Amino acid sequence: MAITPLSVEDIFDRLKRGKRWDFPGGVHPAEHKTLSNQSEIARVKLADKLYIPLKQHIGVEGELQVSVGQKVLKGQPLTHSAHPFAVPVHASTSGTVVDIAPQVAAHPSGLSELSVVIEPDGIDQWIDLKPLSNYQEMDKAQVVEAICDAGISGLGGAGFPSHIKAQPGKNVEFLVINGVECEPYITSDDRLMREHAWQIRQGIDVLVHLLAPRHVIIAVEDNKPEALDALSVACRDASNYLVCDVATKYPAGGEKQLVQVLTGREVPGQGLPIDVGVIMYNVGTCFAIADAIFSGKPLVERVVTLTGGALNKPHNVWAPLGTPVEHLLSVAEYQPGKQASPRVIMGGPMMGFTVTDARVPVVKITNCLLVPSVDEVRNDNAEQPCIRCSACADACPASLLPQQLYWHSKAAELDKAQDYNLFDCIECGACAYVCPSEIPLVQYYRQAKADIRNQRDEKDKAERAKRRFEARKARLEAEQQAREEKHRKAAEARKQAMQNKDTDKSARVSDAIARAKAKKQQTENVTEPVAETQPKNAAVAAAIARAKAKRAAQTDAEKKPEATVQPSPAHNHESDNDDAESAAQRKQRQIAAAVARAKAKKQQGQDVNKTTPAQHKSDEAGNNEQQSEQDIQRQAESKQQRIAAAVARAKAKKANRQQAQNTSDSDDVTEEKNSQS
Amino acid sequence: MKFALASSPHQRVNRDTGQIMRMVCYAALPGIAMQCWFFGMGVLVHLLIASATAVATEALILELRKKDFERAVKDCSALLTALLIAVSIPPFAPWWITVIGTVFAIGVVKQLYGGLGFNLFNPAMAAYVMLLVSFPVQMTAWLPPQSLAEQSHNLMDAISIIFSGFTTEGYSISQLRVDVDGVTLATPLDAVKTGLTQGKTVSETLGLSIFNGATGIGWFAVNAAFLLGGLFLLQQRVISWHMPISMLAGLALTASFFYLLDSDQYSSPWFHLFSGGAMLGAFFIVTDPVSGSTTRNGRLIFGAAIGIWVYIIRQWGGYPDAIAFAVLIMNMAVPLIDYYTQPRTYGHRSNSSNKGARR
Repeated sequence: MAITPLSVEDIFDRLKRGKRWDFPGGVHPAEHKTLSNQSEIARVKLADKLYIPLKQHIGVEGELQVSVGQKVLKGQPLTHSAHPFAVPVHASTSGTVVDIAPQVAAHPSGLSELSVVIEPDGIDQWIDLKPLSNYQEMDKAQVVEAICDAGISGLGGAGFPSHIKAQPGKNVEFLVINGVECEPYITSDDRLMREHAWQIRQGIDVLVHLLAPRHVIIAVEDNKPEALDALSVACRDASNYLVCDVATKYPAGGEKQLVQVLTGREVPGQGLPIDVGVIMYNVGTCFAIADAIFSGKPLVERVVTLTGGALNKPHNVWAPLGTPVEHLLSVAEYQPGKQASPRVIMGGPMMGFTVTDARVPVVKITNCLLVPSVDEVRNDNAEQPCIRCSACADACPASLLPQQLYWHSKAAELDKAQDYNLFDCIECGACAYVCPSEIPLVQYYRQAKADIRNQRDEKDKAERAKRRFEARKARLEAEQQAREEKHRKAAEARKQAMQNKDTDKSARVSDAIARAKAKKQQTENVTEPVAETQPKNAAVAAAIARAKAKRAAQTDAEKKPEATVQPSPAHNHESDNDDAESAAQRKQRQIAAAVARAKAKKQQGQDVNKTTPAQHKSDEAGNNEQQSEQDIQRQAESKQQRIAAAVARAKAKKANRQQAQNTSDSDDVTEEKNSQS
Repeated sequence: MKFALASSPHQRVNRDTGQIMRMVCYAALPGIAMQCWFFGMGVLVHLLIASATAVATEALILELRKKDFERAVKDCSALLTALLIAVSIPPFAPWWITVIGTVFAIGVVKQLYGGLGFNLFNPAMAAYVMLLVSFPVQMTAWLPPQSLAEQSHNLMDAISIIFSGFTTEGYSISQLRVDVDGVTLATPLDAVKTGLTQGKTVSETLGLSIFNGATGIGWFAVNAAFLLGGLFLLQQRVISWHMPISMLAGLALTASFFYLLDSDQYSSPWFHLFSGGAMLGAFFIVTDPVSGSTTRNGRLIFGAAIGIWVYIIRQWGGYPDAIAFAVLIMNMAVPLIDYYTQPRTYGHRSNSSNKGARR
């Protein structure tokens, strides 16, 4: 029976006949409602200071409109915002703003929230009120705005801004007014319905004007017959209003459960009641809407049930928003002796939270302050092993398997917990209520949910960071590419320009090469003819001698590579090297020249043809040259004793040179290469 | 003012695990009384032995595991296991049968798996099966109802025979099992089974002295007493109806089917429901939450399957009774059953909540 195919009219008829659907599970805790619902809602004297948090609803807080020291009137807005999810807060009485600072909040965490602290002046003077009595003739948007400006957010517990629900944008089949109040102890809605049924009816009329629902269902648990009667009387004349009693079972007042009980429909897993054509308002919200529209009064006070065994005077009070808990405790005559340790629960015993500080203020969602005596509350830290009895599964109104959720939550297997639909848990506490092992199941689920939300946030953050990083990387890459593209284009342009000149340039280059070649040719031509055209070989011998002398000098001068100083047509820098020769070298050359002259004289008439090639070869490598020199010297020695001294000197030099032969040879080659390059 | 913090809900039912276990124990009292009446005081002696052994074993192992054994012993789960063992074994079985069985149940089947809530198998039944397989003679030596037995016996006889093997007058267990004609008397389930193998029809067997028309003398009363205790537990909402009713239904429907097929070969469903440990099993054993299924439909399947297994083993198996075997078999199937019987979560369309939409 996922979604019943019944039509809207069928459902309404069925309700009229007194038939209801049921929701699975649920528990029947002791109600304790008579403790506080026997007397009328009382007015209490103002507290010394009111602590009004700027944010008392789901959504965002508005901007501050007041400053410290400023006088405010009752109903004067303290914040303002254009944000659609923001509702303003108002001064609950006239007085002076004495402080604007973080104050301990009405939240289980006990964290601080920015609050306006007002010191009442006791006059309780309203600002000018602007009722919209003729709301039916006004633009709907204007009425919605008035509801928003009155600071009305759901008074049932969640604190959802009421004006947002008042503009659903979808067809509303059922407007459900929730007066079920299924939590034990709480009687604030009960008393309100009994005493102010007519004003609730007026609020419903405003909502009907805004939402135009097909039918209006006012649901009250059957343990509140007086409230049922009062509302029935108030709604008697409206044919499409139906006051429905609902079987007392916790949590019948849960939004999803009430939709199921009244219409047989189920709100989709992640959806809202409007997805099945239902809009739900709490009776307290209807009362506040009527106040806002017909009196122009913003939401500055609400009914709070003060109850529990540790209070001498449990009853309901009209508590100005911002009234600290301690003030209300004194009003209800708190008996600390009846508690093991001071403990005040804001809300009911099933879903309420313990307040952390006596200064915690009453806010828009505060329906009850439960101050239980020691025997009314569960013993903490009595957790025992789960015996898998499944009482929790039988009690779960959402048909979850609380035990599996518990195992997985406890083991921090968050994925598996989500597989078991952890987020469909409404934290009603029915499972923990029935657990014989006293396991605080809901606490495990809250922990797991918080962990999952944190993980999700972390993941989102990481995802955002990753996206940012990747965007940056992409941007840098794009820039780099753009740069490279620019450079490439510039290079191409240059190349293009150069290619245009290239033709004449290469011609010039080849011309130069040709010229160089020709020059070389010339020099070679010059040398060779010289050698060949000296019939008497004197010139040749002189050249040889010069070469020898030079080489000898070089060897002396620390193995200076001979090749570089050789008179060679291929070496244009020869003269430079010559210049660099020292005086000693020159002297030696003179000696060698003398020897050579002697030799030349002696060799007259002999065939000296082979010396020429030797001379040529010597340009390239020393060894051949050396041999030819040795030949010459040998001849000279054998024939001329007179120049023995000179020869001996030359020999000595040669010996020297031969020692260094190997090294200088290799040096020659490298040096030659270097010089050529 | 410093306020104490606690998480919601702040109210809870006034029934903890210990209370539940104790209530189950109390509900078993009529059945135990009937056992005493028909089969002698032995069961009380075994109850004492088993309880002492169970508490000692539990305390010892929890001490070894460095856990708070006082609190664990107070939850009375070990006592309940001891009670189930004591009522399951024959009243005049030797004392060491109970000791071995209880140590095995608490030490191995329960504590070695992690203690209360973590055991896969029903400790009492696992112990029973272990004993039955290991000591078949002692474990099947059930006495006939006292009215039929040749020798009468009292509490002292029971104590004596459990610890020494003989009554104060020197009778052994096998002597106690014979009737006035000197014939050893079997249990009704055994008798029917034996009768069938001897070619007798069921109705012929039911003519034996141990029977009282349709069911065994004594056994009917014991089962009826356990049924009474079970109804008390249902009324007190200590147990849910799903498992016992589906188990009895599974057994009765299967039995009816075969009985209608051939009433000579197959005993009546009435006989099955009030023989052996049927009622004890249905209300006190199958309902063990720890080793049973946890989903609503799962509990129905679990119970019904046990009923069918009981019939199958009684009818075609080698053992006369089958509660323990059937329970252990289905204990093994529990994770599977639980997985496939997850309820449809509110607002979700499909039954397989596993595939439900994740946020």
